[in-house]
This record gives sequence, structure tokens and C-alpha cells, in this order.
Amino acid sequence: MNALRKRLDSLKRPFEKGQKLEKFAPAINAFDTFLFVPNHTTKKGAHIRDAVDLKRTMVTVIIALLPALIYGIYNTGYQYYIQTAEPFTFMDAFIHGAWKIVPMIIVSYVVGLSIEFGFAVYRGHEVNEGYLVTGLLIPMIMPVDIPLWMVGISTAFAVLIAKEAFGGTGMNILNPALTARAFAFFAYPTYMSGNKVWVSEASSVDAISGETILGSLAAGQDVKYSMLEMFQGSIPGSIAETSTLWVAVGALILIFTGIGSWRIITGGIIGAAVMGMLFNLWGANALMSFSWMNHLVVGGFAFGIVFMATDPVSAAQTNKGKWIYGILVGIFCIMIRVFNPAYPEGVMLAILLMNVFAPTIDHYVVNANISKRKKRWISAQELKTA
Amino acid sequence: MEIIKKIQIRRGAQLNIKGGAEKIFGRTPSSSTFALKPDDFFGTIPKLLKKEGEKIKTGEPLFYSKKDPRIQFVSPVTGLIQTIQRGARRKIEKIIISSASTEEFVKHEVLNWQQFDRDQIKTILLESGNWPFIHQRPYGTLANPSDTPKAIFVSTHRTSPLSPDFDFILKEETTSFQDGIEVLNKLVDQKVFLGTDASFPGIFQTIKEVQHYSISGPHPAGNLSIHIQELAPLNMGDRVWTVNPEDVVNIGRFFKSGKFSPKRTIAVTGNAIEQARYVRTKIGAEIHPILKDFNPVSSQYRIINGDVLTGTAVSEQAHLGYYNNQITIIPEGNKFRMFGWLPFKDNGILSLSNTSFSRLFNKNGFDVDTNLNGEERALVVTGEMEKVFPMDIFPMQLLKACMIEDIEKMEALGIYEVVPEDFGLIDYANTSKIEAQEIIQQGIELMINEVG
Repeated sequence: MNALRKRLDSLKRPFEKGQKLEKFAPAINAFDTFLFVPNHTTKKGAHIRDAVDLKRTMVTVIIALLPALIYGIYNTGYQYYIQTAEPFTFMDAFIHGAWKIVPMIIVSYVVGLSIEFGFAVYRGHEVNEGYLVTGLLIPMIMPVDIPLWMVGISTAFAVLIAKEAFGGTGMNILNPALTARAFAFFAYPTYMSGNKVWVSEASSVDAISGETILGSLAAGQDVKYSMLEMFQGSIPGSIAETSTLWVAVGALILIFTGIGSWRIITGGIIGAAVMGMLFNLWGANALMSFSWMNHLVVGGFAFGIVFMATDPVSAAQTNKGKWIYGILVGIFCIMIRVFNPAYPEGVMLAILLMNVFAPTIDHYVVNANISKRKKRWISAQELKTA
Repeated sequence: MEIIKKIQIRRGAQLNIKGGAEKIFGRTPSSSTFALKPDDFFGTIPKLLKKEGEKIKTGEPLFYSKKDPRIQFVSPVTGLIQTIQRGARRKIEKIIISSASTEEFVKHEVLNWQQFDRDQIKTILLESGNWPFIHQRPYGTLANPSDTPKAIFVSTHRTSPLSPDFDFILKEETTSFQDGIEVLNKLVDQKVFLGTDASFPGIFQTIKEVQHYSISGPHPAGNLSIHIQELAPLNMGDRVWTVNPEDVVNIGRFFKSGKFSPKRTIAVTGNAIEQARYVRTKIGAEIHPILKDFNPVSSQYRIINGDVLTGTAVSEQAHLGYYNNQITIIPEGNKFRMFGWLPFKDNGILSLSNTSFSRLFNKNGFDVDTNLNGEERALVVTGEMEKVFPMDIFPMQLLKACMIEDIEKMEALGIYEVVPEDFGLIDYANTSKIEAQEIIQQGIELMINEVG
């Protein structure tokens, strides 16, 4: 460890203050701090600090994403093999999926991190760790057969327009990963919807086709999956969104570590369940009479509410606000699904919509505190004059 | 003892750190020099009354405040003014007095002080140099002698890490404490609020002529801002005064003898020394004679005037601050940690976050050091500040208002009700390593300059 440290220190010398490559220090620091937590000590304020930092936080989110990702990789192969009726093992399915998905992850990281590093050098700040999560989320919510260049362009759009244009990490209004998906959804609709995109190779092999459950409901077809299949995720859909089971495992990790807000997740489930029940009572079309319990386990709802809606930067920031925000995401998700057959997948639009309204929710929550303080002041004034 | 309010705090954290002071007194260290640092008196610009080389008696004025010449600062010892250290733009940083072997006092007429009225008490407190023992809220500056405060608060229960136990420190000073309280009662229209530990009020339950309230719960339960918000909330224009428990005793002793009392009991704490315990000394004493009896156990350590959350780092040649009852010595943490960002790794580092199992282990306390455990980042994680901030204030929103210097917003969000120490745990716990106390400090300075 000491030898490695010494080697790193000598490598870093040209990047030090006053040296030739000083400008590029953020880039080399980003690598260095991934090997070692730096020897920086407290200079002002509290003299001791918690062991948690942004790196640890983001890595925890990645760990929470892994179960859904691994299942998603497997499910990609599984959907392909059962349609082609070839015999296959778990490993076959996994390798088939990995062959498709790993390149997408690489593209997303390379494109996104290059932009992040560029901005860090340009603005002279350290590279923020937020993109480690965003970069993994983007491929996880795409259809499996989307061309890699589209992944690249969506990623670039999301990082540039949704994040850096607002000032970088911590300043963005919209969730960057969802922005990438929304961009792809509206820019390349033929690659993002229909019955030829959700199963691997569906567009090239005639025998394969597959509609998402919400898609077939919107088209008025029957659903041929049981609730158990929907829950465990052996259904067509975006890569990692299908398995509510493994998303729930991720949710437990996030809630246990305190990194994902349990208020938003619980609020979202309550909102969606209540809205689903109301529509069940109404029951005017296939989507309305689709059981509210099924609504919770199909499509991207679970994945969205656990990993997207809980993004602390774009969500509401006050505790009360988080409840309201979560509940509204749930309500709008089901509402968009049911009322808008063109967008059966409502959760993306619901979260983006609530991202926009999150500051407004916080504004009212904080204002309640402000007016309480004002009232106290006014009543004290009255007491004085009386 | 009738308790008018039980303050119970739930949100917060008791940092379980090694190195708490054992309840015994160490040898009283002999200090050859004593120092006053104008920076200890937040918001005061000093105007010197003595020059280098002049003689000074205990209780003789050394400088006064330019803003309010009535507020005088007196020497804690008899001796010679050795050096006046100046910093940039000739700012006075430290006045060092070398103490003489025989002590001479400035004596004040305090006979029958019980009959004094409010103005007489104020005058004598100001002239005798006892006034700087009284602070005001908002802002935590020295009290303005022209004000009559809404209330005066004395809290005998600290919850900050390794905090001193005032029941132990003041065990033999009950009568002086009672006298001090009665002096303070003359300055205010309602009796002094006296806060005690709910589980162990100790000697303070015998104190009369006060409004007792009790405090329980984790840090920052002992912080006065919380007590004031509960019992006498600060509105715009309100003033509340606060006095440290040992300074109540110093005031009481002054009114008994007429001589300025600079008593200071220090809890010497921290995990970088052996046998943490208490010592009795005077305001502004040298630190290195104190440390001589406490072998530092690590080669690189940091001396902190105060506690690990709110204190100031000082050198070994430094002197005690004017107000702190505690010094903390902890090891420096200037070392690298491989893959330190992995969750659930390094469980030996105290963490409030559940990304570490640290709280399951180390029941006997944690060894701490000064490593930042990461780097400063943009504010990303939300909700973590509220977990350690029990006041009815939105901490992150207030911090942001201070950062953009939006005075109206700061006012609306409660800047009058806080002082930097309330954000000590936020400094400690926040993921982005934001310097919350510094931001609040700058916010308060802005308020003083713009609003006053």
C-alpha cells in the first residue's frame, strides 16, 4: 500500500499547484481519491468528521442497483431464449444479456464521465461522484435493443442540458437519468415503444416479439402473465425495471442505509395504490380495471419510485415535502398510464413532472415555518403595545 | 425544586468518543504567563489602556470595547504586560501578561450589594470587568449594557462531546453560585432560567430564586438556543442574555470580596492523552504546563480550546480561551485510507450514517482523529441535517440563505435564534463536508453589519 501511495504521489507531482498540469488536477484527483481517501484534515468548523462522504453514498446506491441489474441482464437472455424456444441455461441467458448490456453501460460511462471530467477541469472543481449512479441508471432504463449511439447521445443530452447547464451536481432540477430516457423516448420513438423493442433481437428475428404488459393493455390485448411473473420480473420491459422483487431488495438497502428516502418510497406506493383502487372502482377500460396490486408490480413504477424519485437533488428536500412529492408521483404515474394510451409508461413523466414541482412543494412547507415565526413576532408586538 | 419545563430532545446524536475526563482534579499547573485574546469576544474591537512593559494588577482594565467604552476587560493576574501580539493590519491578536509572584487587586465597593438597583449593579459589573461574562442572543455577542433582556439563561448541562460536568466543577461553590444568580436577577424582570440535567440535577437543585427547567436527550440538547426557543423564543428585536455556570460563580465571588475572580476549571479531555481529568486554573493560562501532566499518546496531535465540534485549534504555546471549560487533545488524521469509500469498511470510524456498522461495535467509545474522511462536495444528500438539528428551523434552507446573503430570507428562517455551535453536529455529520458553522458565522456577521 505504501509503495502504491508513493508511486501515486510522484505521478501527481506535475499536477500540483504552480506546476505545468495544474489545470488537470481534478482529473487525476478523481482517480487518486478512488484508491485512497485523502489525508486532508479539518481546517475549520468541527474537528472530527463522520466516515460518510459522497463517494460512499453513491457507491451504496450502486450496490442497491446491482440485484436489479443482474436480474435484468439475465431476463434479457431469458426473454430471447424462451421466444426462440432454444434450450438454455442460466449462464447462456446471462451471457446473452451481458453481451448486450455491458456495452451500453460502457458507452454511458465513457460519454458521461468525459463530459463531467471536462467540466470539472473547465470550472476548476473536483469531479462529483453523482454520475457514477446516473451512468448506471441510464442503460438500466432503456430497451435492450436501442443502438449504442442513441445511448451516447441521450447521455450527452442529459449531462449537458439537464445537469451542467444548471451548474452541475446538486443544482439540477430534473433527474438526469430520466431526462436521458425522456430524450430518447421523444427523439427516437420507434426504438422506445411498440412490440419490437422490448425483447432482445425482436426487430431482426421475426419469431420474436413482445409487448410490455402496459403496452398490451393500452392496445386492448389480454395480459398473458401471472402476478407472480410480474413480481419476479420474467416479463418484457426496459432492462432492469421488470423485477419488482429485486428492486425491493435494492429499496431495502437504500432504506436501511438511510440513503433513499423511505418517505418518498412509501408515499409513492400509497399514492399509486389509492389511485389504482379508485380506477378499479371506475373500471371504464382495460387499464382502469387492471388490479391496483398489479399496477404496483408492472412497468417501471417500482424502479422509478425507488431509484429515480428518491434522487435527493431533484426530489423535494423537506421531510413533509417528501411525503407530498412521493404521493403525487404515485398518483400521477397511475393517472398517466390509464388516461394516456400513447404513454402507457407513466412513471417517467410523473417523476419528471414532480421534479419540476418539488421546489414549489418545499416552498410551501418552508413558508409554513416562516409564517409561524412571523405570527409569533406579531403576537409579541401586540402584547407589548397592549 | 419546581421544574417549570422539561425539555426533551429526540433528534440529535451523542458522539461516543474516548477520552472523557475522570472526576478528579489534577495538580494545578503553574502558568508563568496569561493572555487575553480579543477574538474571544466576538464583535469587539479592542482599544488598549496599557502599553507593553507596564505593570498591571488583577482586575485592572487592560482594554475596552471601541463600540461601547463602558465594557472593560480586566487582567486576570498581577504582573507585567510582556507582549502585545499584532496580526495583519495591526489587529491585536493577543495580550500576554507575565505574572508576578505577589498578587495585588483592584478592590471595588460591594458592601450591601443586595440593596443596589439595576443601574448600580450594571455600573459595578462594567467597571470591575465582569460584564464580558454576559453574552446576548441573537448573535452570541457580548451583552449591550443599555438593554434590559427578556430573560437570562444559565445552563448547567452540556451535551457536547466529552463535555465537563458542572456539578463536579462547582460542587464547593454553591453559595457563590447562589449570589451570582441573585446579581443576575437584578438585571432582568423575571427570574433567571436555570437549566439542569434531567437525570442528575446535583447541587443545582438547591439553588433558589430561579426558574428551573430540565434537559434530557442527545446533543445538542444542552445548547442554549434550544432552551431559549422553548422558553423565551427570540423575536425580531428581542434580547436574551446568557452566562456560563462558572462565570455565575465568578460574579458571585466578586460580590463577596470586591475582587475580580478569574477562576477557570478545565476538563482536559481527548483520546490523545493519558488519564483525562480536571484541573483548576485561571482565565487565559498557558496550555503547555497543563499538558505536562497528561502525556500525549500520539506524536502528532491537535490541541483544541473547547470541544471537538466547536472549539478552536491552537498551538502548544497557546493560552486558554476566555470562556472554555474544556480543552480537547486528539490525534491528527493526516493519513491516507485505501478504498475508504467502500460502505461498511472502516467500522472503527465513528459514523452516524447507516453506511457503516460502526455503532454496532466500539461500545466503549471511539478513537477519533482530525481526518476529513472525504472531500468537500456540492450539497446532494437531503434530510441528514434535520436528523441532528432539533430546533424548529430548516437548517439546510437557512444555510443556503446565508450562502447567498439573502438577509430577508435569513431573518424569516430564524437566523436570530441560532449561533454557530448549533450547527456543530451538522458540520460533523453532513455527507458533503459543508462547513456549516463557518457559513452561519459569516451570516451572523452579515446581520450585525447590515441590521445591527
